[in-house]
Amino acid sequence: MMSAMAIETGRNPTLLEVEHLTMRFGGLVAIDDVSFSAKDREITAIIGPNGAGKTTVFNCLTGFYKPSVGRLALSHPRKGEFLLERMEGFTIPQKADVARTFQNVRLFPAMSVLENLIIAQHNKLMRASGFTIGGLLGLGTYRRAERDAVDLAKYWLDRMGLTDRADNEAGSLPYGDQRKLEIARAMCMQPVLLCLDEPAAGLNPRESEDLNQQLLYIRDEHKIGILLIEHDMSVVMTISDHIVVLDYGRKISDGSPEQVRNDPTVIRAYLGEEEDGELPPDVEQDLIDDARRQET
Amino acid sequence: MATAMGERKGIDFIGIVKEAAITAFVVFVLALPISGLRTTAEIGGLGVHARWDKVAMYMAIAFVGRIIWSLFLETRGRHRRESSESSIGKHVQKYAHFVGPALIVFAVVLPFMPFADRYILDVSIMVLTYVMLGWGLNIVVGLAGLLDLGYVAFYAVGAYSYALLALNFDLSFWVCLPMAGMFAATFGMILGFPVLRLRGDYLAIVTLGFGEMIRIILINWYSLTKGPDGLSGVPRPSFFGLPFERNPGEGVESFHGFFGIDYSSVHRIIFLYYLILILALITNAFTMRIRKLPVGRAWEALREDETACLSLGINPRNTKLTAFALGAMFGGFAGSFFATRQGFISPESFTFIESAIILMVVVLGGQGSQIGVVLAAVVIIGVPELFRELQEYRMLVFGAAMVLIMIWRPKGLLAFREPTLRLFEVKKSGLFGRKQASEAAE
Amino acid sequence: MEYFTQQLINGVTLGAIYGLIAIGYTMVYGIIGMINFAHGEIFMIGSFVSLIAFLLLGILGVTWLPLALLIVMILAMMFTAVYGWSLERIAYRPLRGSPRLAALISAIGMSIFLQNFVQLEQGAKVKPLPPVVTGGFDLLGEGGFVVKLSYMQILIVIVTTVLLIAFSFVISHTTMGRAQRACQQDMKMAALVGINVDRTISMTFVLGASLAAVAGMMFMLYYGVIDFFIGFLAGIKAFTAAVLGGIGSLPGAVLGGMLIGLIEVFWSAYFTIEYKDVAAFSILVLVLIFRPSGLLGKPEIEKV
Repeated sequence: MMSAMAIETGRNPTLLEVEHLTMRFGGLVAIDDVSFSAKDREITAIIGPNGAGKTTVFNCLTGFYKPSVGRLALSHPRKGEFLLERMEGFTIPQKADVARTFQNVRLFPAMSVLENLIIAQHNKLMRASGFTIGGLLGLGTYRRAERDAVDLAKYWLDRMGLTDRADNEAGSLPYGDQRKLEIARAMCMQPVLLCLDEPAAGLNPRESEDLNQQLLYIRDEHKIGILLIEHDMSVVMTISDHIVVLDYGRKISDGSPEQVRNDPTVIRAYLGEEEDGELPPDVEQDLIDDARRQET
Repeated sequence: MATAMGERKGIDFIGIVKEAAITAFVVFVLALPISGLRTTAEIGGLGVHARWDKVAMYMAIAFVGRIIWSLFLETRGRHRRESSESSIGKHVQKYAHFVGPALIVFAVVLPFMPFADRYILDVSIMVLTYVMLGWGLNIVVGLAGLLDLGYVAFYAVGAYSYALLALNFDLSFWVCLPMAGMFAATFGMILGFPVLRLRGDYLAIVTLGFGEMIRIILINWYSLTKGPDGLSGVPRPSFFGLPFERNPGEGVESFHGFFGIDYSSVHRIIFLYYLILILALITNAFTMRIRKLPVGRAWEALREDETACLSLGINPRNTKLTAFALGAMFGGFAGSFFATRQGFISPESFTFIESAIILMVVVLGGQGSQIGVVLAAVVIIGVPELFRELQEYRMLVFGAAMVLIMIWRPKGLLAFREPTLRLFEVKKSGLFGRKQASEAAE
Repeated sequence: MEYFTQQLINGVTLGAIYGLIAIGYTMVYGIIGMINFAHGEIFMIGSFVSLIAFLLLGILGVTWLPLALLIVMILAMMFTAVYGWSLERIAYRPLRGSPRLAALISAIGMSIFLQNFVQLEQGAKVKPLPPVVTGGFDLLGEGGFVVKLSYMQILIVIVTTVLLIAFSFVISHTTMGRAQRACQQDMKMAALVGINVDRTISMTFVLGASLAAVAGMMFMLYYGVIDFFIGFLAGIKAFTAAVLGGIGSLPGAVLGGMLIGLIEVFWSAYFTIEYKDVAAFSILVLVLIFRPSGLLGKPEIEKV
């Protein structure tokens, strides 16, 4: 049932349309005229060797960088169209409901797990507290809103299996749980587009498999689009509906996992010029891992 | 314990003495020009007066001190606590439920204690002023993590606003107080708006610059502030319209007259004491409450990770600005109180050192810890007051203490953070008990 | 025009002094990413050491001026360098890896300590010194206003230039300089390839302190009067200079110093002398708002 939904990609409307995205830092062109689109209720993976510009795409999408050229149009299912390249950084998550996680987890380490999830609902609660004044006076609206916020947080804590840790310092969690918490925090914003920057990095195979299930669940049950940067091919190939491949800041391939897997340009980009034909996936994986280790 | 004993090697006395000798030599070089050769004013210019005894004394202190320190480290071994929170903080926080109220009760009954003479009350008023300032600055530094080295500017704005309003428009303290707070908050916003996006130590320097700028303006804007001469005759507060003078003038009833008690100059002091106590408690209650509101949580989140806040759609500028403005507002209130208590203000009261002392109260207490601020204010303001003869060494010791405390406890004496909300209720000592048990198991 | 030229000369002289102090800020910031808050006090101690050295030389009867100046400079650099070294050792090294706030506060504490230490040991009164380097050229102007270029001013500019050249050589051509630059780039990596990071940081403080000592000596000779409080304002202004030039950049520090010196002198000459410090602070704020990376600094791209 689930897979059937995923395959019928034609049905889902386009959520994000990236056109001619270019990002220059001084003389360095980090992204060069990249266009792709991501559909609602689908997992779109962006892959590519290190330095291909994947995280830069994310940073443009979530307002950390202002693109040099390009149009980033988000079709919000309820609020209409947003042109992300024109919005000031923090208003993208605030108004256009785009959430993200970071390559190296960024939690609020001294605050509790639950607080991390409550802060994600800041704007909602801020309105409910009458921009602090109502909250200071102890109005009921705020207390109700806070209760709802805790309920939402509880839901995600349960999903991620973090309920027991709710009152612990976020910084004291083991690494895998920190990654989960970061995803839970992003989901507490109730986004329409979730951008995950290497969510499987540093996870063991069991945790990685667990993550796959979580992402599929988010896609199918919460009906949102997911944009995923990932090196772990076992994750990418299993759960993606659509893959965009970047190399040296340019898009070299775009299509379903099957198409991308067999695309000669992709294989060249990963394995060098001489190779033709497909390598066994485990060998491919090893090579990629080696490359990553050298880079970092 | 047994393994620790087994691992310990014999104490390396030669090494320790060598270290101590090196330390003494460094101290010799440091002290030789500045301490050893004092420049003195003589007829026809400066002369130099040698004081080898002083250099020798410093060297001896350094030598012995270093040996004691090394021995201390040796005996303590490698059992250094790695815990990020201070254990004192944990214990105090554990009893916070009754330490806080107990302190408040003590503060309320203090003026009626037999030992509470005028001097004790004066010192207490001072301490409470700094408690209030510390709590105000704690919003900015402790919660929002913005290092403000110019907090005294808001204190000054509050004091001058009150003095000028009261002197020129003859307004009462209770009208001027909120206005002074508003002025200070507005000032905080105006100053904060352009600079709050700066990173930590840039912000520190800029706020320091602002503090100095305000002082320079106060000194030079003679027509308004009377410059270095200061403003005198600032009206004293009255008890809801009843002044504390012995002879308040024609047709005005005085405090002692109204209540039919004998005149005593202590009445006013007691009144001022309660005034600042109430102001400080309001500051505390406000902070405790706002911490649990979205804006308070956002302050702490910004302190922890600004990038993550951006990704959650939190407006960093507005959030910081509220912290800055609210901190400034409480600084302004405290400034008004200062003006009405002193009756005289001049720019000399608002130097950088004042900012540093307030910051020290916050940092020594443990950033974000409300009880820590009280403890620190007592230690920093109260204790030196009791040793007045050592006044000239006060700032010296103060500076050294700042360095040593930061090395000893980079997070302050009572650094402990209680979450603003919990999913599970915790029995009073349950959490700590569990933690200790798990630590013991490891 | 004559008045302008005179102010220009005065501004460059003052700017050279600020530039020398600013280098210390810029280097320390470059390597540990923190403001050395006590650097102004190091400058102040430098000028006290030179004052004492001068008085001693006078008692010993060293009267040939160039020799006296050289000895004073060397002594000031040596003694002040030890202060710089101790400062890092006490206030910074134990706090490496602690929250930034902690290190900054310990540096502020150190600054307060040093100020009061000097006040206690040397007295709170100002210390006047009769002019040592006297005379100069009179560049006659037309309207009877004489533009003066004193030997002292020439000396300050020359010494600053020579030190800068020597200093740039040290940074770019010696092993120590290479280690210093490596640590600026990446402290962990530098440690991995066998650079003694602790020693390199110490050396940075020592170098910064010795330049500040020279600045302190120049200040003392130029103004003829010092007290324990001079480090505070000079420190803030030199820091402004470092930021204006682009923190982390050596030529930037000197350029910034010159600009701050010129602005301060021209502001005093054409506007109000009372508000000259306000002018310097306002510039600091404006620079930080509009060009946080300074004139010659590289803009930082934040990695997320």
